[in-house]
Amino acid sequence: MKTIESIQGKTIPLNRADVDTDQIMPKQFLKRIERSGYGPFAFYEWRKEESFVLNDSNYTGAPIMLAQQNFGCGSSREHAVWGLEDIGVQAILAPSFADIFRNNCSKVGLLTIVLDQSDIDYLMSRAEELPDSQVRIDLSSQTVKLEGSDWQRSFEIDPFVKHRLLNGLDDIGITMQYEDEISNYESSRSSKKPDTSSAFEDTMKVG
Amino acid sequence: MDVKKTIIEKIWEQHIVRSHTGEPDLLYIDLHLVHEVTSPQAFEALRLTDRPVRRPDLTLATVDHNVPTQGRDLPNPDPLSTKQIETMQKNAAEFGIPLWDIFDTRQGVVHIIAPEHGLTQPGMTIVCGDSHTSTHGAFGSLAFGIGTSEVEHVLATQTLPQVPPETMSVEVTGSLSPGVTSKDVILAIIRRMGVDGGVGRVIEYRGELIESLSMEARMTVCNMTIEAGARAGLIAPDEVTFEYLKGRSMAPQGEAWDAAVKDWSSLKTDNGAEFDHSIVLNGSEIEPHVTWGTTPAQSVPISGRVPGPEDFTTAAGKETAERALTYMDLESGQRIEDINIDRVFIGSCTNGRIEDLREAASVLKGKRISETVKAMVVPGSGPVKIQAEAEGLDSIFKNAGFEWRDPGCSMCLGMNPDILLPGERSASTSNRNFEGRQGAGGRTHLVSPTMAAAAAVAGHFVDIREI
Repeated sequence: MKTIESIQGKTIPLNRADVDTDQIMPKQFLKRIERSGYGPFAFYEWRKEESFVLNDSNYTGAPIMLAQQNFGCGSSREHAVWGLEDIGVQAILAPSFADIFRNNCSKVGLLTIVLDQSDIDYLMSRAEELPDSQVRIDLSSQTVKLEGSDWQRSFEIDPFVKHRLLNGLDDIGITMQYEDEISNYESSRSSKKPDTSSAFEDTMKVG
Repeated sequence: MDVKKTIIEKIWEQHIVRSHTGEPDLLYIDLHLVHEVTSPQAFEALRLTDRPVRRPDLTLATVDHNVPTQGRDLPNPDPLSTKQIETMQKNAAEFGIPLWDIFDTRQGVVHIIAPEHGLTQPGMTIVCGDSHTSTHGAFGSLAFGIGTSEVEHVLATQTLPQVPPETMSVEVTGSLSPGVTSKDVILAIIRRMGVDGGVGRVIEYRGELIESLSMEARMTVCNMTIEAGARAGLIAPDEVTFEYLKGRSMAPQGEAWDAAVKDWSSLKTDNGAEFDHSIVLNGSEIEPHVTWGTTPAQSVPISGRVPGPEDFTTAAGKETAERALTYMDLESGQRIEDINIDRVFIGSCTNGRIEDLREAASVLKGKRISETVKAMVVPGSGPVKIQAEAEGLDSIFKNAGFEWRDPGCSMCLGMNPDILLPGERSASTSNRNFEGRQGAGGRTHLVSPTMAAAAAVAGHFVDIREI
């Protein structure tokens, strides 16, 4: 995973609440077994609306997305995050995120930042009126700044996620350092817990 | 005095592999369910990093999301779907994971197959790359959906780093009124909580009404927990749970059974334990529900009318309602019973179990569906299908004009050919009415199996209590 220190650029104002992952990445594109190349399919249906913000060339290449409450709700499909990553989104600012989506973002290295509704609304209107507005996110100081103004906010982030993103650490690699703890847990784990070994046999009884 | 704990905290603590200040807890995962859509990239990453699957014996795979529900003996006309299914087969073989494949009689929707064989048991941690994993919470297990990176994490380490959740009690008092099902109960709960009311929380569903539900009805409730934004939802195990599990092929047998029941009985929330949040609903007041909009929280009782922007106080609420009405092609103030439908789908991890099919069939017996409606039943699994056929339910459905299909997720998410055409309107027993969920431009109304069956006959929504 690549490291994140700061992100600066234009912002895409996606001014809709409860955007679900079915909208971000429709089902027909989940049949692909590849990990890359999802960008062209992100918001596939909404992009058919001419007025949709991603069709506005003013925002082309913007690394920051502004979203409304409960962004990324619904299906756990990480393909949604891969799609956003592939169109160049490196950070999303919203009043709230759905849990699984936010988790997926943190694994992929896409920064999710929660700001107050009034702050999001302010940035949203700025981005709509002045698409060239530049926002700068600094991860180590946990600040979001509107360039060319004195508007600045700090944000909260899980310290462990911050540490991983700043250092580009692979989550699995970190867990594998705890091999002894995992083995210890397994040796003391109840033998009464079920396993799936019998699933290889045809155990089905009908009726 | 001992600290009083909720069932959520008890299960959590029993699974901590490592706990360190400033870091998420590392939780052990008792069961990892895998399907064809969210796993290929995870297996590929294992291959690239030369990592094995740590516990294939705690892993079970099936194919459900994109499998065709008819003509399985013919070549699959969709090359991408074929490739994804073949990839699941190849990965299961290479990494030594049991796979209930497309021609295995046990194949079915991932959240239906584990419970029906007794593999889902109280007190377990269960994950799957699917947001409806919360279904398994009906047994008093902590079960939640994960993304593909986390699928890879569990395959490699059988653990997951997780931040402890906030706990929430959702108590439903009273009893089910005639014609009302557990689907209506969960739709009422989601309507009350909103689609993000549960973010960061794990819910324990409790109260007289919840306790009165069968295991299958409990699964319907827990299944849709994610639609209120919560990480997981569960119900404490009780005699209903034990009765359901007893004798199932993967449940403990003999002496092990008695010991297991003793352990499971200790899981329930201690008297006096405190939840971070709680709400109470009067279950006796819940009516059959129908969704009118494009989120599962946008529902009203069947006796109601489609709301309009004027019914919402915030600017965002008005805008969301307006957008939903436009997409759904509905008018504010329209009676729900006046909404005509084109398609009916009975199935999914929400309502594709045998009790759901029995209830729907009881409405359809001796009747014909409206000539303007196309309807299908997709049993949730091979065993559900076999059982339904043994009871003659398939004949009732077919005689009524329904198509009787093979098991899979089907039109719940429309990854296979079972989709709505643009503009078509469905009464669906599934879990999501998002824009385009069942097919681009399709319009979905979520209902219970009996309400779906009654709508199929009438060609529009009807109050099941008046039939």
